[in-house]
Amino acid sequence: MSDAILTLDGVYTNIAQYHILQGVDLEVPRGAVTMLLGRNGVGKTTTLRSIIGHWRAHQGCILFDGEDITKLPTPAIARLGLGFVPEDMGIFADLTVEENMQLAAVSGPINSARLDWIFTAFPPLKTFWKSDAGTLSGGQKQMLSIARAMVEERKLYLIDEPTKGLAPAIISTMAKALKDLKQQGSSVLLVEQNFAVAKALGDSANVMDDGRMIWSGEMAELGRDAALQERLMGLSMEAH
Amino acid sequence: MSAAPEHAPTMAQATLADRVGPYMPVLLVPLLALAGFLAIMNPASWLTLTVSGLAMGMMIFIMASGLTLVFGLMDVINFGHGAFVSVGAFVGITVLMALGQMTAAPSLLLNLGAVLLAVIGAILATGAMGWAFEKVIVAPVYGHHLKQILVTMGGLIVVEQLIIVLWGPEEIYFNRPEALKGAVTFAGAAIEKYRLVAVVVGLAVFAAMRWVLRRTKIGLIVRAGVENGEMVEALGYRLKLVFVGVFIAGSALAGLGGVMWALYQEVITAHMGNHAMILIFIVVIIGGLGSVEGCFIGALLVGLLQNYIAFIEPKAALISNIALMVAILMWRPMGMIPVVKAK
Repeated sequence: MSDAILTLDGVYTNIAQYHILQGVDLEVPRGAVTMLLGRNGVGKTTTLRSIIGHWRAHQGCILFDGEDITKLPTPAIARLGLGFVPEDMGIFADLTVEENMQLAAVSGPINSARLDWIFTAFPPLKTFWKSDAGTLSGGQKQMLSIARAMVEERKLYLIDEPTKGLAPAIISTMAKALKDLKQQGSSVLLVEQNFAVAKALGDSANVMDDGRMIWSGEMAELGRDAALQERLMGLSMEAH
Repeated sequence: MSAAPEHAPTMAQATLADRVGPYMPVLLVPLLALAGFLAIMNPASWLTLTVSGLAMGMMIFIMASGLTLVFGLMDVINFGHGAFVSVGAFVGITVLMALGQMTAAPSLLLNLGAVLLAVIGAILATGAMGWAFEKVIVAPVYGHHLKQILVTMGGLIVVEQLIIVLWGPEEIYFNRPEALKGAVTFAGAAIEKYRLVAVVVGLAVFAAMRWVLRRTKIGLIVRAGVENGEMVEALGYRLKLVFVGVFIAGSALAGLGGVMWALYQEVITAHMGNHAMILIFIVVIIGGLGSVEGCFIGALLVGLLQNYIAFIEPKAALISNIALMVAILMWRPMGMIPVVKAK
Protein backbone atom coordinates (compact mmCIF):
# COMPACT_ATOMS: atom_id res chain seq x y z
CA MET A 1 0.00 0.00 0.00
CA SER A 2 1.52 3.30 -0.94
CA ASP A 3 -0.23 5.68 1.43
CA ALA A 4 0.76 4.25 4.79
CA ILE A 5 0.78 6.47 7.87
CA LEU A 6 2.97 3.95 9.69
CA THR A 7 5.34 1.31 8.41
CA LEU A 8 7.33 -1.21 10.42
CA ASP A 9 10.07 -2.90 8.49
CA GLY A 10 11.74 -5.93 10.06
CA VAL A 11 11.50 -4.70 13.64
CA TYR A 12 13.30 -6.69 16.35
CA THR A 13 12.76 -5.77 20.00
CA ASN A 14 14.39 -7.48 22.95
CA ILE A 15 13.24 -7.12 26.54
CA ALA A 16 16.11 -8.13 28.80
CA GLN A 17 17.32 -11.41 27.33
CA TYR A 18 14.01 -12.21 25.63
CA HIS A 19 13.65 -11.70 21.90
CA ILE A 20 10.03 -10.58 21.78
CA LEU A 21 9.72 -9.12 18.30
CA GLN A 22 11.55 -11.04 15.63
CA GLY A 23 11.21 -9.08 12.45
CA VAL A 24 7.77 -7.49 12.50
CA ASP A 25 6.54 -6.01 9.22
CA LEU A 26 3.41 -3.90 9.37
CA GLU A 27 1.70 -1.30 7.24
CA VAL A 28 -1.00 0.93 8.71
CA PRO A 29 -2.93 2.69 5.96
CA ARG A 30 -4.04 6.28 6.42
CA GLY A 31 -7.65 6.93 7.39
CA ALA A 32 -8.55 3.35 8.30
CA VAL A 33 -8.74 1.07 11.30
CA THR A 34 -6.03 -1.56 11.28
CA MET A 35 -6.40 -4.50 13.62
CA LEU A 36 -3.46 -6.18 15.32
CA LEU A 37 -4.57 -9.64 16.38
CA GLY A 38 -3.06 -12.77 17.83
CA ARG A 39 -3.01 -14.95 20.90
CA ASN A 40 -1.75 -13.70 24.25
CA GLY A 41 1.97 -13.16 24.49
CA VAL A 42 2.80 -13.03 20.80
CA GLY A 43 4.09 -9.46 20.86
CA LYS A 44 1.12 -7.18 20.11
CA THR A 45 1.69 -4.89 23.09
CA THR A 46 5.44 -4.93 22.49
CA THR A 47 4.79 -3.82 18.91
CA LEU A 48 2.80 -0.80 20.13
CA ARG A 49 5.39 0.01 22.81
CA SER A 50 8.17 -0.21 20.24
CA ILE A 51 6.31 2.24 18.01
CA ILE A 52 5.86 4.83 20.78
CA GLY A 53 9.46 4.25 21.89
CA HIS A 54 8.91 2.82 25.36
CA TRP A 55 10.93 -0.12 24.21
CA ARG A 56 13.59 0.27 21.60
CA ALA A 57 13.71 -1.65 18.36
CA HIS A 58 17.20 -3.13 18.14
CA GLN A 59 16.95 -3.68 14.46
CA GLY A 60 14.64 -2.63 11.67
CA CYS A 61 12.98 0.62 10.88
CA ILE A 62 9.78 2.40 11.95
CA LEU A 63 8.47 5.10 9.63
CA PHE A 64 5.70 7.42 10.78
CA ASP A 65 4.21 9.77 8.23
CA GLY A 66 7.38 9.56 6.18
CA GLU A 67 9.74 10.18 9.10
CA ASP A 68 12.09 7.63 10.63
CA ILE A 69 11.11 7.49 14.31
CA THR A 70 13.07 4.36 15.24
CA LYS A 71 15.56 6.25 17.37
CA LEU A 72 13.51 9.29 18.41
CA PRO A 73 12.74 9.77 22.11
CA THR A 74 9.16 9.01 23.16
CA PRO A 75 8.03 12.65 23.67
CA ALA A 76 9.25 13.57 20.19
CA ILE A 77 7.40 10.61 18.66
CA ALA A 78 4.20 11.58 20.51
CA ARG A 79 4.48 15.17 19.34
CA LEU A 80 4.56 14.06 15.73
CA GLY A 81 0.90 13.18 16.22
CA LEU A 82 0.61 9.80 17.91
CA GLY A 83 -2.09 9.18 20.51
CA PHE A 84 -1.31 6.21 22.73
CA VAL A 85 -3.76 4.23 24.88
CA PRO A 86 -1.70 1.65 26.78
CA GLU A 87 -2.98 -1.71 27.91
CA ASP A 88 -2.90 -0.62 31.58
CA MET A 89 -4.71 2.60 30.58
CA GLY A 90 -1.97 4.79 32.10
CA ILE A 91 -4.46 6.85 34.09
CA PHE A 92 -3.05 9.38 36.56
CA ALA A 93 -5.08 8.27 39.57
CA ASP A 94 -4.13 11.19 41.81
CA LEU A 95 -5.20 13.75 39.23
CA THR A 96 -8.82 14.61 38.55
CA VAL A 97 -10.50 13.62 35.30
CA GLU A 98 -10.23 17.25 34.25
CA GLU A 99 -6.52 17.38 35.02
CA ASN A 100 -5.92 14.14 33.12
CA MET A 101 -7.59 15.71 30.11
CA GLN A 102 -5.78 19.05 30.46
CA LEU A 103 -2.48 17.25 30.54
CA ALA A 104 -3.36 15.35 27.39
CA ALA A 105 -4.11 18.60 25.57
CA VAL A 106 -0.44 19.17 24.86
CA SER A 107 -0.72 22.18 22.58
CA GLY A 108 -2.99 24.34 24.73
CA PRO A 109 -6.41 24.56 26.32
CA ILE A 110 -8.95 21.87 25.50
CA ASN A 111 -10.98 22.56 22.37
CA SER A 112 -14.58 22.87 23.58
CA ALA A 113 -16.20 21.34 20.50
CA ARG A 114 -13.96 18.32 20.86
CA LEU A 115 -14.75 18.11 24.54
CA ASP A 116 -18.49 18.13 23.75
CA TRP A 117 -17.95 15.26 21.35
CA ILE A 118 -16.02 13.36 24.05
CA PHE A 119 -18.77 14.00 26.62
CA THR A 120 -21.35 12.68 24.16
CA ALA A 121 -19.32 9.55 23.59
CA PHE A 122 -18.47 9.06 27.26
CA PRO A 123 -21.11 10.75 29.47
CA PRO A 124 -19.59 9.51 32.77
CA LEU A 125 -16.53 11.68 32.18
CA LYS A 126 -18.74 14.76 32.39
CA THR A 127 -20.35 13.49 35.59
CA PHE A 128 -17.00 12.80 37.25
CA TRP A 129 -15.12 15.71 35.69
CA LYS A 130 -13.88 17.01 39.05
CA SER A 131 -13.33 13.62 40.70
CA ASP A 132 -9.98 11.93 41.19
CA ALA A 133 -9.42 9.55 38.29
CA GLY A 134 -8.42 6.87 40.79
CA THR A 135 -12.00 6.68 42.04
CA LEU A 136 -13.43 5.80 38.62
CA SER A 137 -14.59 2.29 37.78
CA GLY A 138 -12.57 0.16 35.39
CA GLY A 139 -14.80 1.02 32.45
CA GLN A 140 -14.74 4.73 33.23
CA LYS A 141 -10.96 4.65 33.49
CA GLN A 142 -10.82 3.06 30.05
CA MET A 143 -13.13 5.80 28.74
CA LEU A 144 -10.82 8.42 30.21
CA SER A 145 -7.79 6.71 28.73
CA ILE A 146 -9.28 6.82 25.23
CA ALA A 147 -10.74 10.29 25.70
CA ARG A 148 -7.30 11.50 26.69
CA ALA A 149 -5.89 10.29 23.39
CA MET A 150 -8.81 11.86 21.52
CA VAL A 151 -8.69 15.27 23.21
CA GLU A 152 -6.51 16.56 20.42
CA GLU A 153 -6.59 15.41 16.84
CA ARG A 154 -3.78 12.95 16.22
CA LYS A 155 -2.54 11.51 12.97
CA LEU A 156 -2.60 8.00 14.39
CA TYR A 157 -4.10 6.38 17.47
CA LEU A 158 -2.43 3.34 19.01
CA ILE A 159 -5.00 1.62 21.19
CA ASP A 160 -4.19 -1.50 23.21
CA GLU A 161 -7.15 -3.70 24.15
CA PRO A 162 -9.73 -1.05 24.98
CA THR A 163 -12.44 -3.57 25.86
CA LYS A 164 -10.37 -5.81 28.10
CA GLY A 165 -12.28 -6.85 31.20
CA LEU A 166 -15.20 -4.53 30.58
CA ALA A 167 -18.92 -5.22 30.97
CA PRO A 168 -20.83 -5.75 27.68
CA ALA A 169 -22.74 -2.47 28.01
CA ILE A 170 -19.48 -0.55 28.33
CA ILE A 171 -17.90 -2.47 25.47
CA SER A 172 -20.62 -1.18 23.15
CA THR A 173 -20.03 2.39 24.34
CA MET A 174 -16.36 1.91 23.62
CA ALA A 175 -17.01 0.40 20.19
CA LYS A 176 -19.33 3.29 19.34
CA ALA A 177 -16.67 5.86 20.26
CA LEU A 178 -14.05 4.08 18.20
CA LYS A 179 -16.49 4.00 15.30
CA ASP A 180 -16.91 7.78 15.67
CA LEU A 181 -13.18 8.14 15.52
CA LYS A 182 -13.08 6.02 12.39
CA GLN A 183 -15.84 8.06 10.74
CA GLN A 184 -13.82 11.21 11.28
CA GLY A 185 -11.21 9.68 9.04
CA SER A 186 -8.66 9.00 11.76
CA SER A 187 -6.05 6.32 11.39
CA VAL A 188 -6.15 3.74 14.17
CA LEU A 189 -3.95 0.78 15.03
CA LEU A 190 -6.03 -1.32 17.37
CA VAL A 191 -5.12 -4.37 19.44
CA GLU A 192 -8.34 -6.15 20.27
CA GLN A 193 -9.21 -9.58 21.64
CA ASN A 194 -12.96 -9.13 21.35
CA PHE A 195 -13.56 -10.52 17.89
CA ALA A 196 -17.04 -9.00 17.48
CA VAL A 197 -15.59 -5.55 18.09
CA ALA A 198 -12.65 -6.29 15.81
CA LYS A 199 -14.98 -7.40 13.03
CA ALA A 200 -17.21 -4.35 13.42
CA LEU A 201 -14.38 -1.84 13.37
CA GLY A 202 -11.48 -3.26 11.45
CA ASP A 203 -10.73 -2.47 7.83
CA SER A 204 -7.62 -4.55 7.60
CA ALA A 205 -6.15 -7.09 9.96
CA ASN A 206 -2.69 -8.29 10.86
CA VAL A 207 -2.17 -11.44 12.84
CA MET A 208 0.95 -12.06 14.90
CA ASP A 209 2.47 -15.22 16.27
CA ASP A 210 5.78 -15.68 18.07
CA GLY A 211 6.95 -12.14 17.44
CA ARG A 212 6.27 -12.15 13.72
CA MET A 213 3.45 -11.14 11.42
CA ILE A 214 1.93 -14.32 10.05
CA TRP A 215 -1.01 -12.98 8.11
CA SER A 216 -2.16 -9.63 6.71
CA GLY A 217 -5.31 -8.93 4.78
CA GLU A 218 -8.85 -7.63 4.90
CA MET A 219 -10.59 -7.88 8.27
CA ALA A 220 -13.77 -8.98 6.51
CA GLU A 221 -11.96 -11.88 4.91
CA LEU A 222 -10.60 -13.06 8.25
CA GLY A 223 -13.98 -12.54 9.90
CA ARG A 224 -15.70 -14.83 7.41
CA ASP A 225 -13.22 -17.66 7.51
CA ALA A 226 -13.43 -19.66 10.73
CA ALA A 227 -10.86 -22.15 9.47
CA LEU A 228 -8.39 -19.36 8.84
CA GLN A 229 -9.00 -17.95 12.32
CA GLU A 230 -8.39 -21.35 13.81
CA ARG A 231 -5.17 -21.76 11.88
CA LEU A 232 -3.87 -18.27 12.77
CA MET A 233 -5.00 -17.89 16.34
CA GLY A 234 -5.41 -21.41 17.55
CA LEU A 235 -9.18 -21.34 17.83
CA SER A 236 -12.17 -19.85 16.15
CA MET A 237 -12.60 -16.36 17.55
CA GLU A 238 -16.36 -16.81 17.38
CA ALA A 239 -15.95 -19.13 20.35
CA HIS A 240 -15.27 -16.09 22.54
CA MET B 1 -31.84 -12.97 26.21
CA SER B 2 -33.03 -13.48 29.73
CA ALA B 3 -33.40 -10.49 31.96
CA ALA B 4 -30.84 -9.84 34.59
CA PRO B 5 -31.92 -11.03 38.03
CA GLU B 6 -33.51 -8.31 40.07
CA HIS B 7 -31.31 -7.09 42.79
CA ALA B 8 -30.26 -3.84 44.30
CA PRO B 9 -26.66 -3.27 45.17
CA THR B 10 -26.17 -3.20 48.90
CA MET B 11 -24.12 -0.29 50.09
CA ALA B 12 -22.82 -0.76 53.57
CA GLN B 13 -22.35 2.42 55.52
CA ALA B 14 -18.63 3.14 55.44
CA THR B 15 -17.06 2.62 58.82
CA LEU B 16 -15.81 5.61 60.76
CA ALA B 17 -12.23 4.47 60.16
CA ASP B 18 -12.82 4.41 56.39
CA ARG B 19 -14.35 7.85 56.36
CA VAL B 20 -11.72 9.46 58.57
CA GLY B 21 -8.84 7.56 56.95
CA PRO B 22 -7.97 10.03 54.19
CA TYR B 23 -7.85 12.91 56.65
CA MET B 24 -5.94 11.06 59.34
CA PRO B 25 -2.48 12.38 58.42
CA VAL B 26 -3.75 15.97 58.60
CA LEU B 27 -5.47 15.28 61.91
CA LEU B 28 -2.29 13.83 63.38
CA VAL B 29 -0.71 17.27 63.78
CA PRO B 30 -3.43 18.75 66.04
CA LEU B 31 -3.72 15.38 67.81
CA LEU B 32 -0.03 15.42 68.58
CA ALA B 33 -0.26 19.02 69.76
CA LEU B 34 -3.16 18.05 72.01
CA ALA B 35 -1.27 15.07 73.37
CA GLY B 36 1.67 17.37 74.03
CA PHE B 37 -0.62 19.75 75.90
CA LEU B 38 -1.97 16.94 78.08
CA ALA B 39 1.52 15.66 78.80
CA ILE B 40 3.05 19.03 79.59
CA MET B 41 0.11 20.55 81.50
CA ASN B 42 1.58 24.02 81.37
CA PRO B 43 0.04 26.29 78.71
CA ALA B 44 2.97 28.70 78.54
CA SER B 45 5.64 26.00 78.13
CA TRP B 46 3.38 24.15 75.72
CA LEU B 47 2.96 27.22 73.51
CA THR B 48 6.69 27.90 73.46
CA LEU B 49 7.44 24.28 72.56
CA THR B 50 4.69 24.12 69.95
CA VAL B 51 5.90 27.21 68.10
CA SER B 52 9.44 25.95 68.35
CA GLY B 53 8.38 22.55 67.03
CA LEU B 54 6.42 24.06 64.17
CA ALA B 55 9.38 26.29 63.26
CA MET B 56 11.71 23.31 63.25
CA GLY B 57 9.20 21.32 61.21
CA MET B 58 8.88 24.09 58.63
CA MET B 59 12.64 24.25 58.18
CA ILE B 60 12.91 20.49 57.80
CA PHE B 61 10.07 20.62 55.28
CA ILE B 62 11.84 23.25 53.18
CA MET B 63 15.00 21.16 53.19
CA ALA B 64 13.19 17.89 52.45
CA SER B 65 10.57 18.92 49.89
CA GLY B 66 12.96 18.84 46.95
CA LEU B 67 14.21 15.38 47.87
CA THR B 68 10.74 13.83 47.91
CA LEU B 69 9.90 15.21 44.44
CA VAL B 70 13.24 14.15 43.00
CA PHE B 71 12.68 10.64 44.26
CA GLY B 72 9.06 10.52 43.17
CA LEU B 73 9.70 11.85 39.70
CA MET B 74 12.79 9.96 38.60
CA ASP B 75 13.20 7.26 41.22
CA VAL B 76 16.51 8.85 42.16
CA ILE B 77 17.78 8.45 45.71
CA ASN B 78 19.94 11.49 46.38
CA PHE B 79 21.99 10.99 49.53
CA GLY B 80 23.89 14.11 48.54
CA HIS B 81 20.88 16.35 49.16
CA GLY B 82 22.43 17.47 52.46
CA ALA B 83 25.30 19.06 50.51
CA PHE B 84 22.89 21.74 49.30
CA VAL B 85 21.85 22.45 52.88
CA SER B 86 25.47 23.02 53.90
CA VAL B 87 26.38 25.06 50.83
CA GLY B 88 23.23 27.16 51.19
CA ALA B 89 24.11 27.86 54.80
CA PHE B 90 27.74 28.80 54.08
CA VAL B 91 26.99 31.00 51.09
CA GLY B 92 24.04 32.65 52.84
CA ILE B 93 25.89 33.30 56.08
CA THR B 94 28.96 34.56 54.21
CA VAL B 95 26.75 37.09 52.45
CA LEU B 96 25.11 37.98 55.75
CA MET B 97 28.43 38.48 57.52
CA ALA B 98 29.68 40.64 54.68
CA LEU B 99 26.63 42.82 55.24
CA GLY B 100 27.53 43.32 58.90
CA GLN B 101 26.53 46.96 58.81
CA MET B 102 23.05 46.11 57.60
CA THR B 103 22.52 43.31 60.12
CA ALA B 104 23.78 45.34 63.09
CA ALA B 105 21.70 48.40 62.26
CA PRO B 106 18.58 48.82 64.41
CA SER B 107 16.41 48.96 61.31
CA LEU B 108 13.99 46.20 60.46
CA LEU B 109 14.13 47.05 56.78
CA LEU B 110 17.93 46.89 56.58
CA ASN B 111 18.00 43.68 58.62
CA LEU B 112 15.46 41.95 56.45
CA GLY B 113 17.17 43.29 53.33
CA ALA B 114 20.40 41.63 54.44
CA VAL B 115 18.62 38.33 55.12
CA LEU B 116 16.92 38.53 51.75
CA LEU B 117 20.23 39.06 49.99
CA ALA B 118 21.70 36.14 51.91
CA VAL B 119 18.79 33.94 50.90
CA ILE B 120 19.07 35.00 47.25
CA GLY B 121 22.79 34.27 47.30
CA ALA B 122 22.18 30.83 48.81
CA ILE B 123 19.41 29.98 46.35
CA LEU B 124 21.45 31.03 43.33
CA ALA B 125 24.49 29.10 44.52
CA THR B 126 22.61 25.90 45.38
CA GLY B 127 20.42 26.12 42.27
CA ALA B 128 23.51 26.32 40.04
CA MET B 129 25.14 23.57 42.06
CA GLY B 130 22.02 21.43 41.69
CA TRP B 131 22.21 21.80 37.93
CA ALA B 132 25.86 20.70 37.90
CA PHE B 133 25.22 17.90 40.42
CA GLU B 134 22.42 16.48 38.27
CA LYS B 135 24.52 16.61 35.09
CA VAL B 136 27.76 15.24 36.49
CA ILE B 137 26.74 12.93 39.33
CA VAL B 138 23.11 11.87 38.98
CA ALA B 139 22.51 11.63 35.22
CA PRO B 140 25.01 8.77 34.63
CA VAL B 141 23.35 6.54 37.24
CA TYR B 142 19.65 6.70 36.35
CA GLY B 143 17.91 3.46 37.15
CA HIS B 144 20.69 2.08 39.38
CA HIS B 145 19.80 2.56 43.03
CA LEU B 146 23.00 1.18 44.52
CA LYS B 147 25.16 3.31 42.27
CA GLN B 148 23.00 6.33 43.11
CA ILE B 149 23.52 5.84 46.82
CA LEU B 150 27.28 5.40 46.44
CA VAL B 151 27.89 8.20 43.99
CA THR B 152 25.63 10.79 45.65
CA MET B 153 27.18 10.03 49.04
CA GLY B 154 30.54 10.49 47.39
CA GLY B 155 29.32 13.81 46.04
CA LEU B 156 28.31 14.85 49.54
CA ILE B 157 31.77 14.04 50.90
CA VAL B 158 33.45 16.00 48.11
CA VAL B 159 31.24 19.02 48.76
CA GLU B 160 31.87 18.85 52.52
CA GLN B 161 35.60 18.78 51.93
CA LEU B 162 35.35 21.67 49.46
CA ILE B 163 33.56 23.69 52.14
CA ILE B 164 36.42 22.94 54.53
CA VAL B 165 38.91 24.02 51.87
CA LEU B 166 37.08 27.27 51.19
CA TRP B 167 35.86 28.23 54.66
CA GLY B 168 38.21 26.29 56.94
CA PRO B 169 37.50 23.40 59.29
CA GLU B 170 36.27 25.45 62.25
CA GLU B 171 32.65 25.99 63.17
CA ILE B 172 31.60 29.51 62.31
CA TYR B 173 29.57 31.35 64.92
CA PHE B 174 27.62 34.45 64.05
CA ASN B 175 24.76 36.59 65.32
CA ARG B 176 21.30 36.88 63.91
CA PRO B 177 20.32 40.31 62.60
CA GLU B 178 19.04 42.57 65.37
CA ALA B 179 15.43 42.43 64.28
CA LEU B 180 15.37 38.63 64.50
CA LYS B 181 16.87 38.49 67.99
CA GLY B 182 14.85 38.25 71.15
CA ALA B 183 11.41 37.01 71.86
CA VAL B 184 7.86 38.23 72.08
CA THR B 185 5.69 37.32 75.03
CA PHE B 186 2.28 35.94 74.31
CA ALA B 187 -0.08 34.54 76.93
CA GLY B 188 2.79 34.22 79.33
CA ALA B 189 4.90 32.27 76.88
CA ALA B 190 8.16 33.54 75.46
CA ILE B 191 8.26 32.94 71.74
CA GLU B 192 11.43 33.63 69.81
CA LYS B 193 10.80 36.05 66.98
CA TYR B 194 12.91 34.05 64.57
CA ARG B 195 10.77 30.97 65.09
CA LEU B 196 7.68 32.92 64.09
CA VAL B 197 9.49 34.08 60.97
CA ALA B 198 10.44 30.47 60.18
CA VAL B 199 6.82 29.38 60.54
CA VAL B 200 5.64 32.13 58.20
CA VAL B 201 8.32 31.38 55.59
CA GLY B 202 7.59 27.65 55.81
CA LEU B 203 3.88 28.21 55.29
CA ALA B 204 4.60 30.52 52.35
CA VAL B 205 6.89 27.95 50.70
CA PHE B 206 4.32 25.20 51.22
CA ALA B 207 1.52 27.36 49.81
CA ALA B 208 3.64 28.32 46.80
CA MET B 209 4.59 24.71 46.11
CA ARG B 210 1.01 23.59 46.36
CA TRP B 211 -0.08 26.35 44.05
CA VAL B 212 2.51 25.42 41.45
CA LEU B 213 1.70 21.72 41.75
CA ARG B 214 -2.08 22.16 41.65
CA ARG B 215 -2.67 25.14 39.42
CA THR B 216 -0.01 25.16 36.73
CA LYS B 217 0.68 22.88 33.80
CA ILE B 218 4.23 22.26 35.01
CA GLY B 219 2.72 21.18 38.31
CA LEU B 220 0.36 18.81 36.53
CA ILE B 221 3.26 17.30 34.62
CA VAL B 222 5.26 16.84 37.83
CA ARG B 223 2.37 15.23 39.69
CA ALA B 224 1.53 12.98 36.76
CA GLY B 225 5.22 12.17 36.29
CA VAL B 226 5.55 11.04 39.90
CA GLU B 227 2.75 8.58 39.25
CA ASN B 228 3.53 7.34 35.75
CA GLY B 229 6.45 8.96 33.99
CA GLU B 230 6.23 6.69 30.97
CA MET B 231 2.70 7.87 30.20
CA VAL B 232 3.66 11.53 30.60
CA GLU B 233 6.31 10.99 27.95
CA ALA B 234 3.83 9.20 25.71
CA LEU B 235 1.68 12.35 25.85
CA GLY B 236 4.63 14.29 24.45
CA TYR B 237 6.27 15.92 27.48
CA ARG B 238 10.03 15.79 27.95
CA LEU B 239 10.08 14.48 31.47
CA LYS B 240 13.86 14.56 31.68
CA LEU B 241 13.82 18.32 31.24
CA VAL B 242 11.11 18.71 33.87
CA PHE B 243 13.16 16.55 36.19
CA VAL B 244 16.26 18.71 35.81
CA GLY B 245 14.08 21.73 36.63
CA VAL B 246 12.70 20.02 39.72
CA PHE B 247 16.19 18.98 40.77
CA ILE B 248 17.40 22.58 40.52
CA ALA B 249 14.35 23.91 42.38
CA GLY B 250 14.71 21.23 45.05
CA SER B 251 18.39 22.05 45.49
CA ALA B 252 17.60 25.75 45.79
CA LEU B 253 14.95 24.98 48.42
CA ALA B 254 17.49 22.91 50.34
CA GLY B 255 19.78 25.94 50.16
CA LEU B 256 17.02 28.16 51.53
CA GLY B 257 16.42 25.63 54.28
CA GLY B 258 20.15 25.65 55.01
CA VAL B 259 20.22 29.42 55.53
CA MET B 260 17.16 29.24 57.77
CA TRP B 261 18.59 26.34 59.75
CA ALA B 262 21.86 28.26 60.14
CA LEU B 263 20.06 31.38 61.38
CA TYR B 264 18.21 29.16 63.85
CA GLN B 265 21.37 27.54 65.22
CA GLU B 266 23.61 30.62 64.85
CA VAL B 267 26.47 28.33 63.92
CA ILE B 268 27.47 26.58 60.71
CA THR B 269 29.64 23.53 60.09
CA ALA B 270 30.52 21.65 56.94
CA HIS B 271 28.67 18.62 58.29
CA MET B 272 25.39 20.33 59.14
CA GLY B 273 23.74 19.13 55.91
CA ASN B 274 24.80 15.57 56.55
CA HIS B 275 23.33 15.75 60.06
CA ALA B 276 20.09 17.23 58.78
CA MET B 277 19.80 14.34 56.30
CA ILE B 278 18.72 11.96 59.06
CA LEU B 279 15.67 14.08 59.87
CA ILE B 280 15.09 14.78 56.18
CA PHE B 281 14.99 11.09 55.33
CA ILE B 282 12.68 10.32 58.24
CA VAL B 283 10.30 13.03 57.07
CA VAL B 284 10.36 11.95 53.43
CA ILE B 285 9.75 8.31 54.36
CA ILE B 286 6.92 8.85 56.82
CA GLY B 287 5.31 11.40 54.52
CA GLY B 288 5.19 8.97 51.61
CA LEU B 289 7.83 9.18 48.88
CA GLY B 290 6.90 11.74 46.26
CA SER B 291 4.25 13.52 48.33
CA VAL B 292 4.79 17.19 49.16
CA GLU B 293 1.77 17.24 51.49
CA GLY B 294 2.98 14.12 53.29
CA CYS B 295 6.43 15.64 53.62
CA PHE B 296 4.91 18.79 55.14
CA ILE B 297 2.84 16.89 57.70
CA GLY B 298 5.72 14.54 58.47
CA ALA B 299 8.04 17.48 59.08
CA LEU B 300 5.60 19.12 61.48
CA LEU B 301 5.15 15.84 63.38
CA VAL B 302 8.90 15.37 63.68
CA GLY B 303 9.43 18.96 64.80
CA LEU B 304 6.65 18.91 67.39
CA LEU B 305 7.49 15.49 68.79
CA GLN B 306 11.18 16.28 69.13
CA ASN B 307 10.43 19.45 71.09
CA TYR B 308 7.81 17.91 73.36
CA ILE B 309 9.92 14.87 74.18
CA ALA B 310 13.03 16.96 74.75
CA PHE B 311 11.04 18.85 77.39
CA ILE B 312 9.31 15.89 79.02
CA GLU B 313 12.07 13.30 78.89
CA PRO B 314 15.28 14.67 77.34
CA LYS B 315 16.95 11.26 77.18
CA ALA B 316 14.18 9.92 74.94
CA ALA B 317 14.52 12.76 72.41
CA LEU B 318 17.13 10.90 70.40
CA ILE B 319 14.91 7.95 69.69
CA SER B 320 11.61 9.82 69.45
CA ASN B 321 11.82 10.41 65.71
CA ILE B 322 12.88 6.88 64.93
CA ALA B 323 9.99 5.66 67.11
CA LEU B 324 7.65 7.96 65.18
CA MET B 325 8.90 6.54 61.91
CA VAL B 326 8.43 2.97 63.12
CA ALA B 327 4.91 3.72 64.37
CA ILE B 328 3.85 5.42 61.14
CA LEU B 329 5.32 2.73 58.92
CA MET B 330 3.53 0.06 60.93
CA TRP B 331 0.31 1.98 60.36
CA ARG B 332 0.98 2.85 56.71
CA PRO B 333 3.94 0.97 55.27
CA MET B 334 4.13 3.24 52.21
CA GLY B 335 4.11 6.41 54.31
CA MET B 336 1.18 8.61 55.30
CA ILE B 337 0.29 9.80 51.79
CA PRO B 338 1.68 7.23 49.38
CA VAL B 339 2.07 8.57 45.86
CA VAL B 340 4.75 6.50 44.24
CA LYS B 341 3.64 2.96 43.62
CA ALA B 342 6.19 0.27 44.26
CA LYS B 343 8.28 -0.06 41.13
